[in-house]
Amino acid sequence: MSDAPSAYQPPPVAIHPAGHGHTPHHPYLQHHFDNMEQQAEASTLGMWVFLVTEIMFFGGLFMAYLVYRWQAPLGFQEASHHLNIYWGAANTAILIVSSLTMAFAVRAAQTSQPARKQVFWLVSTMVFGAAFLGIKAIEYSDKFKDHIIPGPDFVWHGLYPKPAEQFYSLYFAMTGLHALHMVIGLGIMSVITWMAWRKTFDNEYYTPVEVAGLYWHFVDIVWIFLFPLLYLIGRHYHAAA
Amino acid sequence: MSGHVAPKSMYYGVFGALMVGTALTVAAAFVDMGALNNVVMLAIAITKALLVILFFMHVRWSTRLTWVVAASGFFWLLILFGLTMQDYLTRGWVDGTWR
Amino acid sequence: METTAPPLNYLNNGHTIASWLLTKDHKRIALLYLVSITFFFFLGGFFALLVRLELLTPAADLLEPDMYNRMFTMHGIVMVFFFLIPSIPAVLGNFLIPIMIGAKDLAFPRINLLSWYIYVLGGIFTILAALLGGVDTGWTFYAPYSTSASNSNVLLAGVGIFITGFSSILTGLNFIVTVHRMRAPGLTWFRLPLFVWAHYATSLIMILGTPVIAITVLLVAVERAFHLGIFDPALGGDPVLFQHLFWFYSHPAVYIMILPAMGVVAELVQAFSRKNIFGYTFVAFSSLAIAIIGFLVWGHHLFVAGQSTYAGLVFSIISFFVAIPSAVKVFNWTATMYKGSVSWDSPMLYAFGFIGLFSIGGLTGLFLATLGMDIHMHDTYFIIAHFHYVMVGGAIFGYLGGMHYWWPKITGRMYPEGWAKFAALNVFVGFNLTFFPQFIVGYLGMPRRYAMYAPEFQIYNVLSTAGATILGVGYLIPMIYFAWSLKNAPLAGDNPWGARGLEWEIPSPPPTENFPATPIVTEGTHQYAPSREVGIV
Repeated sequence: MSDAPSAYQPPPVAIHPAGHGHTPHHPYLQHHFDNMEQQAEASTLGMWVFLVTEIMFFGGLFMAYLVYRWQAPLGFQEASHHLNIYWGAANTAILIVSSLTMAFAVRAAQTSQPARKQVFWLVSTMVFGAAFLGIKAIEYSDKFKDHIIPGPDFVWHGLYPKPAEQFYSLYFAMTGLHALHMVIGLGIMSVITWMAWRKTFDNEYYTPVEVAGLYWHFVDIVWIFLFPLLYLIGRHYHAAA
Repeated sequence: MSGHVAPKSMYYGVFGALMVGTALTVAAAFVDMGALNNVVMLAIAITKALLVILFFMHVRWSTRLTWVVAASGFFWLLILFGLTMQDYLTRGWVDGTWR
Repeated sequence: METTAPPLNYLNNGHTIASWLLTKDHKRIALLYLVSITFFFFLGGFFALLVRLELLTPAADLLEPDMYNRMFTMHGIVMVFFFLIPSIPAVLGNFLIPIMIGAKDLAFPRINLLSWYIYVLGGIFTILAALLGGVDTGWTFYAPYSTSASNSNVLLAGVGIFITGFSSILTGLNFIVTVHRMRAPGLTWFRLPLFVWAHYATSLIMILGTPVIAITVLLVAVERAFHLGIFDPALGGDPVLFQHLFWFYSHPAVYIMILPAMGVVAELVQAFSRKNIFGYTFVAFSSLAIAIIGFLVWGHHLFVAGQSTYAGLVFSIISFFVAIPSAVKVFNWTATMYKGSVSWDSPMLYAFGFIGLFSIGGLTGLFLATLGMDIHMHDTYFIIAHFHYVMVGGAIFGYLGGMHYWWPKITGRMYPEGWAKFAALNVFVGFNLTFFPQFIVGYLGMPRRYAMYAPEFQIYNVLSTAGATILGVGYLIPMIYFAWSLKNAPLAGDNPWGARGLEWEIPSPPPTENFPATPIVTEGTHQYAPSREVGIV
C-alpha cells in the first residue's frame, strides 16, 4: 500500500465492539454514540441548529413586514389599530406563563422529580398553549365577521385599503405560521408527556424534555416580536380602537 | 449527565421581568415618543427574547458553540434585513440614473 | 480472488426490502439517494434534450413557445433542486463523512433516512406537476407572473420544492452536529479531510439559506391559492421583494452545489499527485469564506430588476470579493500538483477538467459581476454558459470524479479504466462544444428563454446541440460500465488507489459499523509525506 505511517491506530482493547453482549449502558443510549453525554450534546446542538432554520424561516416574513411597513407606515398603523390589543396582550402573558411551566418541566426531569410532577408541569404548558390557540381562534373569527380576511371578500372602511389588505395578509401569514408551530408544539408535548408519565426521564436522561423545551421557548420568542410589531403600531395616535 | 440546575427563584424572577416588559411595551405604545417609539419597542422585545434565551433556554450555562449557533441565526437575519433594506433606502441616491 | 463466503459488509448485511427502506445505515441511505438522484438527473437531461432539439432551428417549430417555456423551466427545477443541490452531499457526503471522521454513523441516522423520504415526496409532487403539464415560469418563478398570470402548475411544483427543501435542511443539520460532536479521539479540526471541511461549509449554507426560499415558495403558493397580495403589485405588493427573498437563498445555493465538488477535487488532487495539499489551512478556511461571503452577494441577480444603483454597486464589489477564496482553492490545487507524482487515472481527469472549466466559469462570473457589463449580458446566453460552466464543468465533473474515485470503496469493484477515460474525454469534449458557443452567441445578443431566435445565431445553436448529444452519450457510458462492474468487474481491495484517508483503511465495501473499534487519530488523515514540525501543513 503506502510507506507512510498510518493515521489509524486500532487501540489494543476494542473501545466499543459491535453487536450486543457488551458492557452495559443506559437503555436509551443509541449505539452510534459513545456515551450519554455525547448523545445529549448532539441532541441539544441539533435542536439549536434546527431553531436557526426556524429563525430564518420566520425571518422571511419579518423581511416582508419590514419592507411593506416602511413603504406604507400610515396604512399599517391604521390597520394595526383594528387588532384587539387586549387579546394580544393576554396571549403574550399566556405564552410567558407557558414558558415558565415548560422551564419547570425541564427542571423537574433534570432533578429526577417524580413522574407526576413532571407531567403536571408539561400538562400545564399544554393547557396554556391551548388557551393561546383558543384566543387566536376568537380573533380570527372576529376578522372573518368584520370582512378583513384578505381576498375577494376584503372590505376596508379606513383611509388606506390596499396597505390594510397587505397588513392583514402578513398578519394571517405570520400569526398563522406561528399558530401552526404551536399546534406542532402541542403534538410534541403530548408525546413528551406520555413518555414522562411512563417514568422515562430522570437526571441521567432528560434530553427530549430539554429539547422540546427549546422548541417551545423559541415559539414564545417569535410571539414576543410578533405582538408589538402587529398590535402596537402607533397606538398613541388613537385611543384604544 | 447533568446540566446546570438553576433555583426555582431564578425562573420566577425571569418570569416577573418578562411580564413587566410586556406591560411596559403596551404602556409605551400609548406614549408619543416620535421615532423613539420603534426603538423602545424593539429594545424591550430584544431584552425579553434575551431573557428567554439566556435563562429559560439555558444558554447562559451552555457551551460556547451553542451561544455561537444561536447568535449566528439572529446575525444572519440582520444580513437579510440590512442588505435588502439598503436597496430600498438608497433608491434615487445616484444622480443621473433613474433608480 | 473470490472467497467462498464474502465477508459481512453493509451491502449483504440484510437482503430484504425492509432492510433497505428502513435502514439507519448512512451507507445504505447514500445508495438510496444515488438511485433517486440518478433518476432525476436523466429526467432533467430529457428536458434539456427537448430544449436543444427545439433550438436547432430559429423558428419555434418543434415546440410551441408555451411548451418550450415549460421545458426549460422543468429542466431548471429538476436539475437545481433534485440533482445539483443534493447530489454530492447526499450520496458521497452521507457515505463518507462518518467514515472520514472515524464514527459509526451520522449523529441522527433516523433523520438521515427521513431526509431521503422527504426528498422522494417532494420529487413526486414535482413529477406530478410535470405530468400535468409542467410549469412555465422559469425555475426562478418570478412574481407576479408566477403568482397571478401563469396558468401552469406553479402550486404543485412549489409544494414539491418546499418539501424537498426540508431534506436539504435535515442533511445540513446532521452534518453540522456530526462534525462537531462525533469526531474520533485525536481528530482535531485541522486534521480533517478537506472533503469534510467543504461539506461543513455547505451545511452552513443549507441551514441558513434554505428556510428563506421555503417561506418564499410558501408565500407564492398561498398567494396563488388564496389570492392574497404579498407580491402582487395591484395590492401594493413588490415583485422586487420576491427577487430579494428568492436570491437570498438561490445565490448561496450555487455554493451548495459547488463547495462539495471542490471538496472532492481537493481529495482527488492529493490522491493522484501523491502529495499533501498545498496550504491546507487556507483551503479549509476558503470553504468557510465562500459560504459566508456567498450570502452577501445576491443582489447581483437584481442589477436590472429595479434595485437601486447604489445597492448594485455594493453587491457588485462584494461579488468580486467572493471570487477570491475560489481562486485560493484553484491556486492551491495547482500548487499541489506541482512537483507531485501525478497519475492520470479517470478520477484525476475529472478533477483536472474541473480546475480548468471552473476557472472559466468563475472568471466569466466576474464579467457578470461587473455592473456595466451585466446590463448588456443579463438574460442572454452568456449567463447560461457561465452557470453551466460552473455547474456542469464544476459540480458535475466533481460528482463524476468522486463517484469514480470512491466507487471501489462503495461497491468493492473496480470499473474498467479504459472506458472511464474514454467517457471522461467524451464528457469534456461534449460539454465544451455545447456551452462555449453559448458564450459567444450570448455576447452577440441572443436572449435566454426564447423558443425563437434571430437566424444569424443558428450556427452557434447547431454546434451547441451537437455538443449536447455528445455530452449525453458521455453521461450514459458510465451508467453502463458502473452497472456492469457490480457483478463482473474484479474486486477492488481496500485501497486500489494507494491513497491516504480513513476510508481507505477499512475494507471495500465497508462493514456496517465502519470500524471494528473507534480509531484513535494521531496525525492528519492525508499524510503523503512524513509530517514535519515546522511550516504550514
